[in-house]
Amino acid sequence: MSLNEEVELLRSIPLFANIEPSKLKLLAFTSERLAFQEGQDLCKQGDIGDAAYLVVDGTADVVIEGPDGGKLTVAQVGRNAFVGEIAILCEVPRTATITATSKLDTLRISKDLFFRLVNEFPTMAVEIMRELAHRQEQTNLQLTEANRRLRELENGGG
Amino acid sequence: MEKTIYGYVWRFSSRQQVTMTLMSAASLPFLYLFYEVPKTIINEAFQGIGIEYPLELSEKLTFSVFGLDIPLLGPFEIAVDQVPYLFTLCALFLILVGINQGFKYTINVYKGLTGERMLRRLRFELFARVLRFPLPTFRKMSQGEIIPMITAEVEPLGGFIGDAFSLPAFQGGYLLTILGFLFMQDWRMAMAAVALYPLQLWLIPKLQRKVNLLGKERVARVRRLSDKIGETVQGVQETHAHDTSNFVLTDFANQLFWIYGVRERIYRQKFVIKFLNNSIQQLGPFCFYSIGGYFVIQGELEIGTVIAAIAAHKDLAAPWKELLNYYQMQADASIKYDQVVSQFDPAGMRGPDYQLIEPDDLSPLSGELAATNMTLTDDQDVPVVDGLSLRLSLDKRYAIIGSGGSGKEELTLLLARLLDPDNGNLSLGGNDAAILSEAVTGRRLAYVGPSAFIFAGTIADNLFLGLKHRPLRPAQEDDEAARQRAVYVDEARRSGNIEYDLDADWIDYEAAGVDDADALRRAGLAALQQIGMDEEVYRFGLRGTIDPQVRPDLADAILRARTGLRTHMAADPALLELVEGFDGDAYNLNASIGENLMFGNPVGDAFDVEHLAEHPYVLDVLEQVGLTEQFLSVGFQVASTMVELFADLPPDHELFQQFSFISADELPDIQALLQRSDRANLAALPDEDRAQLMSLPFKLIPARHRLGLVDEDLQGKVLEARRYFASHLPEDLQHAVEFFDAEKYNASANIQDNILFGKVAYGQAQAADRVGALISDVVLELGLHEAVAEVGLSFEVGIAGSRLSTAQRQKLALARALLKRPDILILSEATTSLDSASQAGIVDALLADFQGRCLIWSVQRASMAEGFDQVLVMRQGRLMEQGEFAELSQGNEHVKELLASE
Repeated sequence: MSLNEEVELLRSIPLFANIEPSKLKLLAFTSERLAFQEGQDLCKQGDIGDAAYLVVDGTADVVIEGPDGGKLTVAQVGRNAFVGEIAILCEVPRTATITATSKLDTLRISKDLFFRLVNEFPTMAVEIMRELAHRQEQTNLQLTEANRRLRELENGGG
Repeated sequence: MEKTIYGYVWRFSSRQQVTMTLMSAASLPFLYLFYEVPKTIINEAFQGIGIEYPLELSEKLTFSVFGLDIPLLGPFEIAVDQVPYLFTLCALFLILVGINQGFKYTINVYKGLTGERMLRRLRFELFARVLRFPLPTFRKMSQGEIIPMITAEVEPLGGFIGDAFSLPAFQGGYLLTILGFLFMQDWRMAMAAVALYPLQLWLIPKLQRKVNLLGKERVARVRRLSDKIGETVQGVQETHAHDTSNFVLTDFANQLFWIYGVRERIYRQKFVIKFLNNSIQQLGPFCFYSIGGYFVIQGELEIGTVIAAIAAHKDLAAPWKELLNYYQMQADASIKYDQVVSQFDPAGMRGPDYQLIEPDDLSPLSGELAATNMTLTDDQDVPVVDGLSLRLSLDKRYAIIGSGGSGKEELTLLLARLLDPDNGNLSLGGNDAAILSEAVTGRRLAYVGPSAFIFAGTIADNLFLGLKHRPLRPAQEDDEAARQRAVYVDEARRSGNIEYDLDADWIDYEAAGVDDADALRRAGLAALQQIGMDEEVYRFGLRGTIDPQVRPDLADAILRARTGLRTHMAADPALLELVEGFDGDAYNLNASIGENLMFGNPVGDAFDVEHLAEHPYVLDVLEQVGLTEQFLSVGFQVASTMVELFADLPPDHELFQQFSFISADELPDIQALLQRSDRANLAALPDEDRAQLMSLPFKLIPARHRLGLVDEDLQGKVLEARRYFASHLPEDLQHAVEFFDAEKYNASANIQDNILFGKVAYGQAQAADRVGALISDVVLELGLHEAVAEVGLSFEVGIAGSRLSTAQRQKLALARALLKRPDILILSEATTSLDSASQAGIVDALLADFQGRCLIWSVQRASMAEGFDQVLVMRQGRLMEQGEFAELSQGNEHVKELLASE
């Protein structure tokens, strides 16, 4: 895929929709196009994060390993998903392991470049906020659901 | 060493000095004749004063030298006329010129060689002494001082040594010859000519003494300067880290100022001496003119006598000047000798036999290592090891623990015989260790300290260093080499140097328990494995190169690995995407256009990848296959894209370095270039602009840059250019490139690239790691792991091992000590740079290896002592307690503290 096609692809993603084409071109040019085989990890929980990934094609699981070693798949992501950004936004180790569940085509965006874009394009920051808020809402819903079930189980058991 | 330079010169070159003096003496009669003949020519042949022609030649050619009659013609009698007589004398004059110059040449060469041999001897002696200095000497004496002493400071001594005896003898003889000549002419005139010499002899030494003192000061100051330079180079990191460069510079300028000051005073004094000397010298003619003139006017003296006296005085001036110069030179040389030699005689220096003599008995040590009342004080007389006594059995493993400053480090140095105790005894297997030569302690013992040194050279050089004690097997020599070797030995003897052959095989295979070089390499790898460095060396090997002429077997094996890798990849489609192999008929999308065009590795500088676009042959190839226009067009597009992408980035932005084809400095130029060029008519651009655009496509890698500029048409043409490039390569460039050939080992590529024979694909996650793992698998499968690791042994470690990490340097030093299979291995915090996992691995490996042998390890953390047979607890220079770890960790408060403080 050539640079211009990549730019077109980036433009179709809401996160980058409002960024001017020349910047997208820089983003595409300086980002590494990275293909993963099924089963390969994009990142591992606990590692230092230095890049985020934009899924161009394929699917992946976001898996969190609990303190007891139990594994929980918290999300399945696909085309146009932007993953791995928490570690570079918050300077924390990777919070989850992301594993390709099919042949996966990504654009690897380095931390440095990511921050540069966010600084220059507030709309992008807003998009990210929107995305994170959305996830927060999802998490809250799931938490409420989990709490409800936990109570049910306790009541049922007691 | 001899106290004075004359003592030294006489001791080692008395024969040469006598020979030179005799040669000088032998030349004197000819010199005398050389002065006599012209006089005879003028008086007799020109003027014919008191001569009747024809005359009897044999009578005339009998010269009286110092009262001795020398008949030059022997018994022959020939009668000649005036003109033939003149020519005979002139011929004689010419012959004498030849003889005198011949003497001069012979004496000078002999003198030069004697001086250089003595200089070689002196340098060797000084260096040998450095090797025998007790270690504490190096705390007071830096390499910055030692280096100039052995190199620059003694250099002028070589010149002086050649002259030491012969110059005063020769010039003195010369002077006396002329004086003798003068006295024979007219004794009063001769007396007048030398009348002022006593004044000079009295005055000049007085002045010279001042210069000598200044000379001493100058030497000391220059030494301090070089010490300063050495120190600055070593501590340059601190200078940067603390911004002290101005202070350092000021300090240096200050030193230079003082040196200048001393120099200035020396110059003034020296020229004062010269001034007085010359003035006194001119007093002679002054006396002749005034007093002689007075007497001539008075009619008491012939005018000819005065003129002859002036001429004689002039003749005397040359040797007299030489003698005075010699006097100054010897004063200078004496100071230098004195100042250097006094530095090379520190207290406690070991004798030469301690290193040079090969003892008869080098059998393994057994019994025990016992210290009695051993004391070591530092330079402020504070005891560091204080009345320590211990007995260590040579079949047990000991850990020494203690806090910093407990004396444990010094104890290991004492036990390894690297330091001499001030008091007390050390006995090693029943022998007094103080009289054991280094051959015993350096072979039966091994010591590795916290900052073990790695020398420049290969890993193998360093690893096998501990086996090089004496040349054991002579080098293979043809007649020519044997002849050169004989010359070498002869010269070494003449200058008291060591005679050993550097090219001989020095390696003591027996000490490593092997029979030959192959087995030794395996043993070396085994030692590295023990210490956990084998993988690193294997990786060095993968990045190393071999010469297929020298190792055809290995080259073949690597070609098999190349095939093996292809087979592996063909079996798994996921692997196939990781590497794009080189194929002569296919364009490689993961290689740059330049690499695709050349399709080989550059050998030498001619086809340097960075400057490929500047090479006339490459440009010609492009022209021939009709690519020039296309390259210009692609270059134009690359340039526009780069300007578009990077124009508004700050110039220091890291993206420039990482991604741009154009550096930030060039960007404005390129922008201007684009503005003034017409895309449709690029051919019309001036040459520099064209060259700039042409250079851009060479770096383009389609799979990486994804600019969509390398279409199939361009690829096809580049393939055509590839073929043209190879088939039309001019004779003189044949060796500048080694083409990729699937069937051939590429000597200019490293082993890994030879196995890979292609490019790791861009855009595949962890491609490099996965390919690396795959290559390792293939290498293992083919049993090549060891062979590759052996290539890794040839890795150049850089100055002081700087290309290795600190941890690697420590590991290498440990492996070096293990390889010589010592009876006693003494370690002093030798694993401090390693991570705790590797450290634990080494402790386990060494404890297992030294089961039933002697290991003495001063450990940096008390807990490391757990697996040892015995633990020695050091505190304030004393052995506090000795016992098993289990007891001590429970019963000894100090040990508990040490353990708790970790």
